Amino acid sequence: MSDVSNSSIPRHTLGQRIFQFLGTMDLAITLLLSLAVASIIGTVLQQNQPYTDYLIKFGPFWFDVFETAGLYDVYSALWFLAILTLLVISTSVCLIRNTPSMLKDMWNLRTHVQEKSLQAMHHKDQWSVDSSVDVTVTTLQDELIKQGFRVKQTPKTDEILVSAMRGGMNRMGYISTHLAIVIICLGGLLDSNLPLKLAEWQGKIKIETRDLPIKDVPAESRLPVGSQAFRGSIHIPEGRSSNVAFVAMRDGYLIQELPFKLEVKEFRIEHYATGQPKSFETDLLVYDDDLKVPLATTISVNHPLIYKGYAIYQASFSDGGSELTLEAWPLEQSAGDVAVSFDTKVFDNRQMRWGEQSLKLEMLSFRPFNINPDPTEDDPNRLRNFGPSFGFKLREDTGEALEYLNYMLPVERDGREFYLSGVRSSPAEDFGYLYIPVDDEGGLEAFNHFLIQLRDNELIEKLASEMASETLMVMENQNEGLKQSLHESLTTLVTMFVRGGFIEVNDFIETVLPEAERDTLGPAYLSMLREMLARIYFSDFEDTELVEDSQLLFLQDAVDAVGSLSRYGAPVFFLLTDYVHVEASGLQVARSPGKPIVYLGCALLIAGVFLLFYLPQRRFWMIVKNKESNSMILLAGMSNRNPKEFDAFFEKTAQTLRQVSGNSRA
Amino acid sequence: MTNLAGTMIEDDSSPLSQWLWRGLMVAAGIVLLSLYSQVLDSYEIGIVVLAAVGLSFLGQNWPPFRRHTIVVAGLSFFALYLYGTDLALGQKDFLLSYILASQSAFMWMSALFVLATLTYFLGLLLRSEFTEKVASALTWSATTMGMVGLMVRWRESYLISPDVGHIPVSNLYEVFILFAVITALLYLFYERRYQTRSLGSFVLLVISAAVAFQLWYAFEKGAHEIQPLVPALQSYWMKIHVPANFVGYGAFAMAAMIGTAYLLKSWRQIAAPNGLIASRLPPLTVMDDLMYKAIALGFAFFTVATILGALWAAEAWGGYWSWDPKETWALIVWLNYAAWLHMRMTKGWHGRPMAWWAVIGLFVTLFAFLGVNMFLSGLHSYGTL
Ligand code: HEM
Repeated sequence: MSDVSNSSIPRHTLGQRIFQFLGTMDLAITLLLSLAVASIIGTVLQQNQPYTDYLIKFGPFWFDVFETAGLYDVYSALWFLAILTLLVISTSVCLIRNTPSMLKDMWNLRTHVQEKSLQAMHHKDQWSVDSSVDVTVTTLQDELIKQGFRVKQTPKTDEILVSAMRGGMNRMGYISTHLAIVIICLGGLLDSNLPLKLAEWQGKIKIETRDLPIKDVPAESRLPVGSQAFRGSIHIPEGRSSNVAFVAMRDGYLIQELPFKLEVKEFRIEHYATGQPKSFETDLLVYDDDLKVPLATTISVNHPLIYKGYAIYQASFSDGGSELTLEAWPLEQSAGDVAVSFDTKVFDNRQMRWGEQSLKLEMLSFRPFNINPDPTEDDPNRLRNFGPSFGFKLREDTGEALEYLNYMLPVERDGREFYLSGVRSSPAEDFGYLYIPVDDEGGLEAFNHFLIQLRDNELIEKLASEMASETLMVMENQNEGLKQSLHESLTTLVTMFVRGGFIEVNDFIETVLPEAERDTLGPAYLSMLREMLARIYFSDFEDTELVEDSQLLFLQDAVDAVGSLSRYGAPVFFLLTDYVHVEASGLQVARSPGKPIVYLGCALLIAGVFLLFYLPQRRFWMIVKNKESNSMILLAGMSNRNPKEFDAFFEKTAQTLRQVSGNSRA
Repeated sequence: MTNLAGTMIEDDSSPLSQWLWRGLMVAAGIVLLSLYSQVLDSYEIGIVVLAAVGLSFLGQNWPPFRRHTIVVAGLSFFALYLYGTDLALGQKDFLLSYILASQSAFMWMSALFVLATLTYFLGLLLRSEFTEKVASALTWSATTMGMVGLMVRWRESYLISPDVGHIPVSNLYEVFILFAVITALLYLFYERRYQTRSLGSFVLLVISAAVAFQLWYAFEKGAHEIQPLVPALQSYWMKIHVPANFVGYGAFAMAAMIGTAYLLKSWRQIAAPNGLIASRLPPLTVMDDLMYKAIALGFAFFTVATILGALWAAEAWGGYWSWDPKETWALIVWLNYAAWLHMRMTKGWHGRPMAWWAVIGLFVTLFAFLGVNMFLSGLHSYGTL
């Protein structure tokens, strides 16, 4: 509804002009579309991620610019709220301005129309019948009432005007939809974090960004029990309880105190036969002074608990500090010769010392199952359980860390079994895997023994000397100098291999050997190294004639594993030997006092939209007058919707009215 | 028949047949409820009642829809009868494996939709009413096969295992079929209402595109496999939220295609007033009206669907509105069409600008429907490509 009619009034006060501007359609549409565009920004840029992620992604300059523009949390940015507020104001102004006339239009049957204006209408019909005016009016009026019209008679000097209307509620549709927008926005505002932001600006609360134990979080970062809206989350390990929730704000959090205590008795995941998760459930106990006995209940996804206006949802799950027993198998000399067993827990940190080296072991995660696509099948939908796994980091004093993921059970590859350990230096990378071959006993003894042999200089000297002699014997060469240099090359090769794997050996070949000899000597060196490694491995076998294929394969796998140790970066391999799985249920606790208001708005919106589109307002007028003992009838009609449908409707109604009044068209 | 004056059929079915239809639906509802009263919870009872009321309402002035419903029900029950309790029969039984098992029914649906599209184009080119009637019949059969496929798939999911069973509106593959079927039904409704078949080639084009995508998705990604529901989707809200959404998407898609036809005609009318386009397509005012009707219908259902989504979110995610990308894009679509409707209803805009806007609206809708799943991550993270 534009304001053409008002423009004839010469002067407006500034206030009136602003009021008018706020109610214009152009502003409304501009606001609707700007809201749409602003929303797009928030979906393209992932919201509420850790600030360090943004910093890495955008660099320091743009990080600052985007932060100032509030782009990491668009939907509670000031400018976004400003658009919403303007929309609410603009809609309210529209409502205030239009409601009176709409209400009038809803009831008013328009009894002041003139015959002239009926004649000018697009839909009209005219006929005469040979009964009296009174009878005709009554008949026609009854028919219209039967069709659901409200009617009113207005006697005039020598004629009667009948005004009729159906679908007046259409106007209610306008009021209802627009009121709904205002109500929904206000309800939503109640549930938003705007009050928290205001409190923050006033300095009443301060966002905590440090990782502190709950009891150490200062009072200024705590929100007392109250009626305000919030949405917080909390992870509670099985058997533990909590009476607070964490409310995430920008790059930190606030602590919301709860008027009750939640205890997680048990968290459960059920699985389908295929291995996908079927349900996440928590057995919950609610302790409250108002309760004689604690409230025991089970919540699951889609089935929250509503208690005292607080809604408690199953949102996620995590490890609750599972107890793990690990064996540290030495991979480097500094770690000794035997495996050391110790107990730890997920989320525990401890300083480990291996000779000179000191590393912090940070236990990150534990999973009792790993249901992944089976690499031995072509179909990616075929899943297999790879058993328990645990993740950890080894951090140097400089702060740098490598992340590891170890599987408890051996994994089969090409018919042989391996212990699997993944390593990576940043979460952005995929894991690279170390495959350690499992021996006949199903353990790591054989591999460890091989490692010890590889570090046994005496043994290596002896074997190198033997091999050098044998080689020269085959070549029928007795040169003592040549033998010595071959011996040295062999020990150097083994030392290099143990220290730096195939990479170092290759580097040696590429850099030290003259280019001309590289092609012939390179492969020769490698096969000599392999021969040496085999001799080392078999050195304490009683009878090397009876070596089985499986032993050869084990040797090959062990050599591959040793060859990649330099890239593995850890002085030990942690083998999980036992665990007690402790889970933590991830709960979301929310209070939204605005919810009933928003739902009321939603109901109004739906009702309003259907009224607007599907209840056309239809008006009919009839002027019936006496003409030579006959009655002359002039019928006219209009509708505010669906002109095409009204064409047909008018036609049909006119036909019916003619019939009941005793005149059917020729 | 091409009705150039653009008059409409209001209702032409006899009161007797209307009452019979309503009676049948009520009876079907009652039989269903009494047979399964033990296993249905109150929400499911509500959904059965809603379905019975909805179907009797839809069919009361739409005789072809009554036939469609009866055929779909008949074929679906027949398929269930053939299946019994043995899913493996889907591969072995002749009728099932070639026609009625969901995957076969979907293949028939796809073929028939493509054929219908071509036939509508042929009808337009040949100016042949008969050909267009054939195209309508093909569209009805495609819709029937799609609907039967959905019904049978529903049962198949329970045959896999009772805990896997769910209504087939839970992933992108299934909703693409729903989209094709709903868009076709909407079109068929208006085709009859407005007595014009010449828009079929345009609307069916979108459906064929959806079918092509769905086939690619099945063959390339194995998406047709029935997967069990993740816990977040195990909710009765899904049964109404998703179909309501797809009435919206379908109606918006139809509006965009009518918009395309409008633009073509408004251009050809001047360039070649007696040409095929100018003479065969309905008058501009009719298309303008249809476009408005479709958007209004879509908007109404989309409003309902979004609100249902909010109600569901309040139960599953701990808040009725989380600014999740899918949610936000639903809002964007909604705002876009709200602006369109304001322009049309209060500023009286019509014709080419509105047709363009309706076409652009399809891309906004498409992004909300597909783009979000492809490019953005969020809570709606099932149904990724
Ligand atoms: C954001 C959601 C909004 C929705 C869904 C909405 C919906 C509608 C609809 C469907 C109509 C058609 C009513 C009719 O023609 O009878 C309408 C009319 C109108 N709207 Fe809105 N509207 C919204 C916001 C606004 C805002 C913010 C304004 C304020 C400037 C506004 C101003 C108007 C006006 C002036 C009319 C004309 C009423 C008439 O003369 O019939 N609308 N609105």
